[in-house]
Amino acid sequence: MKALVNLGLVVLLLVVLAVWVVLPWPGALAAALLLAAWLLFTRRGGQARSVAGVGISTLPQRLGASAVIVVGIAGVVGVLVALLAMAEGYGETLRKTGSNDTAIVMRGASASEVMSVLDHDSVTLIPQAPGIARNDKGEPVASDEIVVAANLPVRGGAPDEEGSVQVRGIGEQAWAVRPQVKIVEGRRFQPGLRELIVGRGAARQFAGLVPGQSIKLGTHPWTVVGVFASGDAMESEIWGDAAVVADTYRRGSSRASVTVRLADAKSFDAFKAALESNPQLKVDVSTTLDYFAKQSERVTQVLRVIGITVGSIMAIGAMFGALNTMFAAVAARAREIATLRAIGFPGLPVVVAVMLETMLLALLGGAIGGALAYLVFNGYGASTLAAGSVGKLSFELRVTPELLWTGLKWALAIGFIGGLFPAVRAARMPVTAALREL
Amino acid sequence: MAEKLIEIRDLSKVYERGAQKIEVLHHIDLDVDAGDFVALMGPSGSGKTTLLNLIGGLDRPTGGRITVGGQRLDELGAGPLAKWRAATVGFVFQLYNLMPMLSAQRNVELPLLLTKLSAAERKHRAAIALQLVGLADRATHKPAELSGGQQQRVSIARAIVSDPALLVCDEPTGDLDRAAAEEVLALLRVLNRGHGKTIVMVTHDPKAAEYANHTLHLDKGSLVTQPAVAA
Amino acid sequence: MKYLHLIWAALFRRRTRTVLTLVSIIAAFVLFGLLDAVRSSFNQAGQSANGAARLQTGAKLSFIQPLPQALQAQIARVDGVKQVTYANWFGGAYQDPHNQVFSFAVAPNYLDLYPEVAVTDTERKAFAATRTGALVGEQLARRFKWKVGDRVPLQSTIFPDRQGSKNWPFEIVGILHATDKKTGGFFDQMFLLNWKYFDETTPYNQGQVGWYVTRVVDVNQADRVAKAIDALSANSDHETRTQTEQAATASWMKQLADIGLIVGSIMGAVFFTLLLLSGNTMMQAVRERTSELAVMKTIGFSSRSLLAMVLAESVLLLLLGGVIGLALATVIIPAISAGSGGMLNLPPVRRGSWSLGVALMVAIGMLVGALPALKAMRLNIVDALAGR
Repeated sequence: MKALVNLGLVVLLLVVLAVWVVLPWPGALAAALLLAAWLLFTRRGGQARSVAGVGISTLPQRLGASAVIVVGIAGVVGVLVALLAMAEGYGETLRKTGSNDTAIVMRGASASEVMSVLDHDSVTLIPQAPGIARNDKGEPVASDEIVVAANLPVRGGAPDEEGSVQVRGIGEQAWAVRPQVKIVEGRRFQPGLRELIVGRGAARQFAGLVPGQSIKLGTHPWTVVGVFASGDAMESEIWGDAAVVADTYRRGSSRASVTVRLADAKSFDAFKAALESNPQLKVDVSTTLDYFAKQSERVTQVLRVIGITVGSIMAIGAMFGALNTMFAAVAARAREIATLRAIGFPGLPVVVAVMLETMLLALLGGAIGGALAYLVFNGYGASTLAAGSVGKLSFELRVTPELLWTGLKWALAIGFIGGLFPAVRAARMPVTAALREL
Repeated sequence: MAEKLIEIRDLSKVYERGAQKIEVLHHIDLDVDAGDFVALMGPSGSGKTTLLNLIGGLDRPTGGRITVGGQRLDELGAGPLAKWRAATVGFVFQLYNLMPMLSAQRNVELPLLLTKLSAAERKHRAAIALQLVGLADRATHKPAELSGGQQQRVSIARAIVSDPALLVCDEPTGDLDRAAAEEVLALLRVLNRGHGKTIVMVTHDPKAAEYANHTLHLDKGSLVTQPAVAA
Repeated sequence: MKYLHLIWAALFRRRTRTVLTLVSIIAAFVLFGLLDAVRSSFNQAGQSANGAARLQTGAKLSFIQPLPQALQAQIARVDGVKQVTYANWFGGAYQDPHNQVFSFAVAPNYLDLYPEVAVTDTERKAFAATRTGALVGEQLARRFKWKVGDRVPLQSTIFPDRQGSKNWPFEIVGILHATDKKTGGFFDQMFLLNWKYFDETTPYNQGQVGWYVTRVVDVNQADRVAKAIDALSANSDHETRTQTEQAATASWMKQLADIGLIVGSIMGAVFFTLLLLSGNTMMQAVRERTSELAVMKTIGFSSRSLLAMVLAESVLLLLLGGVIGLALATVIIPAISAGSGGMLNLPPVRRGSWSLGVALMVAIGMLVGALPALKAMRLNIVDALAGR
């Protein structure tokens, strides 16, 4: 009989969890309201409330044990949210860099910009395609750019420690194609000179990227004249004049990509078709949104898997901690519960009361964990060698409301499982045995 | 004249609970001969358990002298007292206080862990002790599998396994039914008359006190009567 | 040791509670095993006896900038250099540009400088003799189910051939095995092609070299030789930067992520909650055993010995759960790597992780048991027996 009950419980558990996983927050809110209504307005609910009341009033005596649930779950949620925030921040930085109405053209079958090489002819042909927006002078808003890497000393590292930063050689049109980029310090570089402007993120990561200072790219000194900000992946780059950069890296007239501003998002298809059907070109065309989203895909995926794996293992630990605490709590209150049942309280209010107590503690833990994660990690700067780029990508961890809700969901799920078995044990305890227990 | 095992002079015990001072024992003088079986009776709060604790070296007096087996207990610190207890005293409590997770045999062996005996010797001695109390066939049972009387007898086996001179018993039959109580008391008498153990027993029950040679009465911390030596 | 039985029995007095606590401890140490394996493999990357004798020379400008091939002869003449080879990044991908394959176009003597890579003489000869020949690492071959004799096309995401096609045909002529799995596991994933084939087929390389690898005669002279190599190209248009293989790898890993910080933070959170959880269990365990502990004292056990027994109990609890957890991690990791068909190459749990893990178990056990042990030690016999 006992085995059957346990089996039934496990099945119930799996069903509830399956529903819970897909439930959006309005659904959960509705469920919570339904529960509150049941508690307040039905007789069974009232009974559950009184049993719960006994439990909650004795909580201060069991502070240590209750803290185990709260802290354990806070830990799970905190770590989970922090790791997912890394994935979120990284993905968001790359996603923001692209938009639906700009397109990027690279040589066919290139995994990323830096691996693409477009010869001068191609670079001239691409802006002639249809669908490109025009500026005041009637010219197509198309920016051909060269992308390379540079070794620069890392800020805060050993004296000879170097990191790689992505360098972009641009022309005038680059500003028109990327209106979100703004100079926040100093000025733009002058074409034809060895001058650089640095992204805010790059300035954070590397030493010496301060307006007025000069750095060495290869054998030549370059002067940093300004800092730009854009709130996306571009901030991790340093920019200079395309011709001068190409000269330093001996690339001649070849470029890596052409980024264009489309007349509107709908023009993309025509633009893409025209370029791909041109026999003189072998190119890949995608919106910048697609391009950057794809770049971030794999890393974001990996980070998310890591977050969920670590979170799951911690959740198992927290769950067994909750089981432990609640089994002990139920055992400690065996006599009270048995008395209530001897009086005539049916099993359900007892079960609900125990679960309510567990889930309230779990909710508290989830809230604390989420709050900690937000306070400590939201906006925390991080960087990594991103896939598809050759420089360190700076990004900030993002603790979004969705992530906090995910954390809470996990907390409540752990509380549910941790409370279910003890609750059922409490309801099914033989009354006489419990009354005899000292 | 039998030699004295226990010699108590002017013994006092005062407890401090916060600001209050409670004098539980007042200037007790008492002698117990070796090989004697003494019952201590008195109403609740008379201090009999306190006196028993002092005799057993579980507590230290506030004033006076207490000498057991030639050793001045009031001069020993906690550490030496522990060593002395291991060698000289066996305890039997009202609530058997066996380790619930150990078998009867392991429970009885417990005091022997303090000696340098090998595992085989410990097992042997425990078996002898269990045999003495008539529970040799229950050696592998856990306390939960034994009746109240049986548990108490295991407790007694544990108390005698290291062959102490003195047995201190605090209400040993308080929780037992009539039949089991009589078994236990008979066992104590055998240990006293047949094996020469000195026994000091606190009890509520006059019938239990009959098994002893003398009965002492305590009231409000003082000895009320001096017993006449029984036959 | 005679007390072991007693301590063990005390631990399992309340079997359910102890088992539940154990599961939490096991979970914590499974996580520790996984994370520490990652952390230590990051730290150890590039550290090997062979690696210590190798230097990497790349362009100072950036790691994607090529170097002239003429440098090889110059480097070979530097005092202290035993042998020098070169390679180019091929940027290979199999079937999908995002299925990246670690592919290098290498000089004929490349494998001479990597004695930790095992390959049969016949296969090496075949590689030298076959223009489009390729040597592939064991795991890579397993992942794509390649065998010796297979003709496989590899895309280069960087270099097209003279017709503009990015598809390069290859013939697999041998399999590479890393002899030291701990530090050389990387070689199991490599794809090597002939540099000559590479340079002749693409118009974009023009005889340039990606980087040079030099073997020094004397490991202690590595720094001096590195500086000497860099001096060859000082103030030219192809300035070089030469580092030991170890330094180069370490700096690369550091850019990937500050693994130490991440792992440390996660494990900090995990162990903090573990402390609380086990501490609570131990406190409860001691609290409900006051009369038993008092009886032990009446029997004659010293206060000090009770302190030791409770501490031993809590350390035993942690050791039991921790060892099981680490053992699980040791078993799970290879299972996952194997089960992924060579796609995932997770680092295994090494001796260093075990030592650190056991030290942590003992430390946490002592911390957790400290307060309950003190309580047990300070127990007043009379009060405890009276139920106060």
